[in-house]
Amino acid sequence: MPHRRQQHPGPLWRLLSSAGFRFATLFAALFLAAGLGFAGVLWWGTAGTLERQTDSAIRADAQALAERWREAGTDAVIEAIGERLALDADGQALYLLLDPRGQRLAGNLVSLPPGAGEGPAESWHHLTLEHEDEAPGEARLYLLELPGGATLAVGREVSEKQRLRALLTEGLAWAAGAALLFAVLGAWLMRRALERRLTPAVATAALIAGGDLSPRVPLSAHDDEFDRLGASMNTMLDRIAHLMDGVRGVSDAIAHDLRTPIARARNGLEEALLSEDEDPAALRGAIERGIADLDNVTRVFQAVLRIAEVEAGARRAAFAPLDLALLLADAAELYGASAEARGQTLHTGWTAPLNLTGDRDLLLQVVANLLDNAVKFTPPGGNITLSAARDHDQLIIRVADEGPGLTLADRERVGERFFRADQARTTPGSGLGLSLVRAVVQLHGGVLWFENGDGPPDFPGLVVLFRLPAAAAPAV
Amino acid sequence: MRILLVEDDAEVGRFVKKGLQEAGHTVEHAANGRDGLFMAAGESFDLLVLDRMLPGGVDGVRLVETLRGQGNHTPVLFLSALGGVDERVKGLKAGGDDYLVKPFAFAELLARVEALGRRPAVDAPATRLKVADLELDLLSRTVTRAGRKIDIQPREFRLLEHLMRHAGQVVTRTMLLEKVWDYHFDPQTNVIDVHVSRLRQKLDKGQEKPLIHTVRNAGYMIRAEP
Repeated sequence: MPHRRQQHPGPLWRLLSSAGFRFATLFAALFLAAGLGFAGVLWWGTAGTLERQTDSAIRADAQALAERWREAGTDAVIEAIGERLALDADGQALYLLLDPRGQRLAGNLVSLPPGAGEGPAESWHHLTLEHEDEAPGEARLYLLELPGGATLAVGREVSEKQRLRALLTEGLAWAAGAALLFAVLGAWLMRRALERRLTPAVATAALIAGGDLSPRVPLSAHDDEFDRLGASMNTMLDRIAHLMDGVRGVSDAIAHDLRTPIARARNGLEEALLSEDEDPAALRGAIERGIADLDNVTRVFQAVLRIAEVEAGARRAAFAPLDLALLLADAAELYGASAEARGQTLHTGWTAPLNLTGDRDLLLQVVANLLDNAVKFTPPGGNITLSAARDHDQLIIRVADEGPGLTLADRERVGERFFRADQARTTPGSGLGLSLVRAVVQLHGGVLWFENGDGPPDFPGLVVLFRLPAAAAPAV
Repeated sequence: MRILLVEDDAEVGRFVKKGLQEAGHTVEHAANGRDGLFMAAGESFDLLVLDRMLPGGVDGVRLVETLRGQGNHTPVLFLSALGGVDERVKGLKAGGDDYLVKPFAFAELLARVEALGRRPAVDAPATRLKVADLELDLLSRTVTRAGRKIDIQPREFRLLEHLMRHAGQVVTRTMLLEKVWDYHFDPQTNVIDVHVSRLRQKLDKGQEKPLIHTVRNAGYMIRAEP
């Protein structure tokens, strides 16, 4: 197969190229993105709160020390700082008190961070602490200028923030790993599930491609998307099988209905050629019969082509507005003579005009075929009725006879090409007349149907009806 | 009549030529459209019988269009294997006067050829048609035979008029269907026969000499001599 790019895909390629894997990967990526977003919100929420809490504690501490300074002076503050540092077991508190000349008076900080002390009386600073024995830490520092020119700095080391960050990062890494694992597992499971659900359809399609039209996609009880796909595949296959049956029926019928007259013509001519007696009249008769048989073949052939032409919709080109009442009158006049010749009476009934848009030759052919059938199947002395009426925007045309009628089973099949009811086999005809009628009615956007007549049950008569869209009634 | 036949199939050409010659016509045969156009434009014919599909770059429709473009109004009968209705309409629109689908009965072709070749002038001033003692008055729309008025229906009048306009010529059933009823369709059974025999009964009742004759394997003809 030249279309296939990869002849022997490996298992990895199969996994990567599987739709299930792609879906699973997509979902894993979505989950991962959602997780990251969630972690981000969490991060900013917790770290931010921590910072605000730290800041307010620092500010309160600094205010308390400034108050102390105002009440009791520098020495009291130095003492308070000493006390606080002694009490701070975690070693997180930072203090520094500088006199107006910048000399360190108390606290555990060596000096102010560079650039601090030049700004306004109160300011916030970030600084990195250099510990002697530990890793460097981060700190928030609050600088307060006391009225005498001295500077007080109060701060807290905020290593919790770092620890939290590390914790979150670790958690995220685990989560991402788990998501990836689940994605691969999910992909594998999903691919397997998809494959399991699609295998019946694929196998059925393969069988059908192989030439056997009978298999159908087995449906599960889930009634899900796959079942709907399978069901529509089955509907399509039924339709194809029906069409194939139709084609097969037509070719069988052609084989029979055309082969028989061809064979008859051939046999007759051959017999005339081989016969011993050279009676010119017999020879002539044989040749004439041969020609008649061939003419019949041509007629059947033309009827089949005509039906195909009508079914293809090609004859719409000849559509024109016309009054069906005139056409029915012509048909009644043409076939009334035939009915009369058989002692039958043709009754007619309609009110002119019956306007519609259509192909007059084809519509006459329809009425002619129906009347011809009616004359053929009604016993001598019987009645035939051709009537028509306007029903809102439709015209209903009705041809009723007093023939044997049609069984329900035959009614289903009567529009099929070459179909002939059993009791019709002895009468002349090709079995194409009603196929053409049905095709023409459909071409005109109409419907054809059959009803039983009012006769006795074993000989009810047939009523053929068809409905055609009428043209808009002319303004009165 | 002098007839030009343009037909590329040698066997069909030979068959048609022989048949028309036996019917007393002079037939020239061209095997392709170019030769056919050359002959049709250069010489005078009473009728052209053209195949629709022809080799030589000029098909039947082109040939007729070219002739009509030159003001040549010789009647044209198309012979064609293209039986679709659109094809028929195309042929007649191009300027063809009649259209016969293959396979055809020679009798049908001959009847149509003679009807076309001896077509009465379009505006014939004739108001009365007469065959033997049968008279048809086109103005009063009455029919009399041997002075006796015959009661006749409108369609029967048109049927008789058509037969009488082609008195002495064969008129086929399909020709009657096309000309008298003005429909192109397959009547399944011989509905035309029923109408003709009904007309015949009216005309020949109580008369010794029948006027409407059935021509075996062809159609009908009205003529004075039996």
